[in-house]
Amino acid sequence: MFSADKSPGPLPAVVGVIAIAVFAMLLLRIHDQWGLLVLAAVGGIALLVAARTGAAAYAERAFAAHEPLMNGVVIIAFVSVIAVLARQDFSLLILATVLLYSIACLGLSVQLGYCGVMNFAGAAFFGAGGYTAAVLGAHTGLPHLLIVLAGGVVAGLLGSLLLLPVLRTRGHYAALITVAFGILFRSFLEVNNTLGGPQGLTVPGMTIFGWSLGKGLVIGDTTLSFYFNYALVTLGLAIVVFGVTRRLERSWVGMHFDAVRIDEVAASTFGLNVQGLKIMAFVIGNVFAGMAGAVFAMMTGFISPTDFDFSTSLVLIAIIMLGGLGNLWGILPAAAFVLILPEKLQVIQEYRFLLYAGAVILVLLFRPAGLFPRRLRRHFPLKAPSRA
Amino acid sequence: MDIGFLAQYVLSGVMLGVVYAMVAVGFTLYFGVLDVINFSHGDVLTAGAFVSLATYLALRAAGVDSPVLVLAIMLVAAIGSMAVLGVVIAKFFVLPLRYAPPFITLLITLMIGIAIRESIRLFYPSGSNPQSFPHLLPKTAYHWGNLIVRQDTLILIVTGLVVIALVNLFINHTRAGLAIRAVAQDGETAKVMGINFEWIVLLAFALGSALAALAGVMNGLYYNEINFGTGLMLGIIGFCAAVVGGLGNIYGAILGGFLFALLQTIVVIAVPSLSAYKDVFAFGVIILLMVIKPTGMIGEVSAERV
Repeated sequence: MFSADKSPGPLPAVVGVIAIAVFAMLLLRIHDQWGLLVLAAVGGIALLVAARTGAAAYAERAFAAHEPLMNGVVIIAFVSVIAVLARQDFSLLILATVLLYSIACLGLSVQLGYCGVMNFAGAAFFGAGGYTAAVLGAHTGLPHLLIVLAGGVVAGLLGSLLLLPVLRTRGHYAALITVAFGILFRSFLEVNNTLGGPQGLTVPGMTIFGWSLGKGLVIGDTTLSFYFNYALVTLGLAIVVFGVTRRLERSWVGMHFDAVRIDEVAASTFGLNVQGLKIMAFVIGNVFAGMAGAVFAMMTGFISPTDFDFSTSLVLIAIIMLGGLGNLWGILPAAAFVLILPEKLQVIQEYRFLLYAGAVILVLLFRPAGLFPRRLRRHFPLKAPSRA
Repeated sequence: MDIGFLAQYVLSGVMLGVVYAMVAVGFTLYFGVLDVINFSHGDVLTAGAFVSLATYLALRAAGVDSPVLVLAIMLVAAIGSMAVLGVVIAKFFVLPLRYAPPFITLLITLMIGIAIRESIRLFYPSGSNPQSFPHLLPKTAYHWGNLIVRQDTLILIVTGLVVIALVNLFINHTRAGLAIRAVAQDGETAKVMGINFEWIVLLAFALGSALAALAGVMNGLYYNEINFGTGLMLGIIGFCAAVVGGLGNIYGAILGGFLFALLQTIVVIAVPSLSAYKDVFAFGVIILLMVIKPTGMIGEVSAERV
């Protein structure tokens, strides 16, 4: 039925995207616990059936063959989900949070997934962006889009402090550097009173070109949730960051990243500037995380050191591991799994860390490449794969 | 500064150093035999402390009064159960991933750590609150000027130092220790020489976890309070100590443990107004040290054959 011979038309991919969008919408919309459990079960079974019958692979091929078109379809699907949920504060907040974590994870993907640079301090760079937004938003009149950018720059600069240690060390020794830095960052925030100490800081809401995102849009006589605005802005940022990451992956730089990750020594014998590439990956990743953190801070309106502790860094890493290291599309379902399910299923709320630790352990033992492993690089993404 | 106060700080620094060194020795043992970082180590420590606390409560309920007997049974229960837990972690989670990238092992042990920590928080009665740990050691205090030395502190420090010395003796002067060192140097060759590789790995994990359990009980006896997150920070500090000392080297781990305690204590003594920043300072110095000595103070010789 799903033959491998023909290059498929875009239809199967469109159907797949619509199915996922409807599922996500229902997941965010339904609050009844039994309804959610049934939905989760149906989703799981559907995924299994799609994977077994080859429908998933077929849809994936269709997606790859019509990528520009499909990127548009995905964006439309996202906007539709946001529009349908326009009046639901909580659902939109979760959706925006998933997108922001995904942006930070895109950064981590560049570092760990592409270039193999370990970073166990993702939350620290996310937090650096958040605190930048808090300080700049409260004490300066900078346009808020610039503040988001500044969040990224500050995170990038902060990360640059670690460049020397990260480059000089390897393996476990390099892991230590970022672990120590993550703890140092959190510990610093807790004892530093100018940055609010353990109580944290309030962050002013975002205003873009005079449009205050803190106020819900009024259309006719219905007022939309103000998270609707944030969800749209977050989606915009996610699209930009995703696009940049994708371009990076498909460029020579991405190819060089892969070479460095797979074998550093071999890469350097072929004349690649290993150190330079590592610096590039590390800084770019931290900038992404910082920008996401800045938007996160402005959206929630309040940040404290507990938002950015070591376990948050681990959540970020768990997301990219679950999604499949280096597979950009895998991040979204993994982030949704890690963030949405515990929020929605009150039954497991208390047990969420235990459950996701268990889930990651199982994935590592039985599917070490993640749920949706990264495919081999395709040099001509617009052409259908030849059968040779 | 008064010499008595100084001595007081030095004493508490030594106490910290002993605990850190015991944790760090575990990390270095695991790394030695398998080249892996076992990040669940800190939470094994917490679990050990909780097992001993539960044993204490059970013994109290059963009407056992003698503190020596109670303490002995607590130690046996904690050390025994954690040695088993260490073996389970090695056998079912670390050994199956022997040929996977090191990053995977690191991640899986981190997750096991979270699972242990969360299980304690959720399933120990009111486990999300700090639990008071019993005073079981004599508290008689000696005064020398401003220096106050309690007997329990002395007992703990001496116990810690003796245990570290014993472990050192075991590693360097017994047949089993020789086997551990052989596996650490070259697992494949050790196998050829007739060493049971898997047994030695399990032995190392049992030994390391037993040390963690002991450190957990000592930490509880010293602070008289434990909570489900006790081991998180101790684990990270122990890891830093082991790495900065030089992974796989037992002297390095001990050195690293005392160094970390020294760094924390220096800040408190030298700049009391900044004592809140002692962790920031200690971790910062550790990062700097790694720049200067990227493979630790007593570093592995790192050369890569291509």
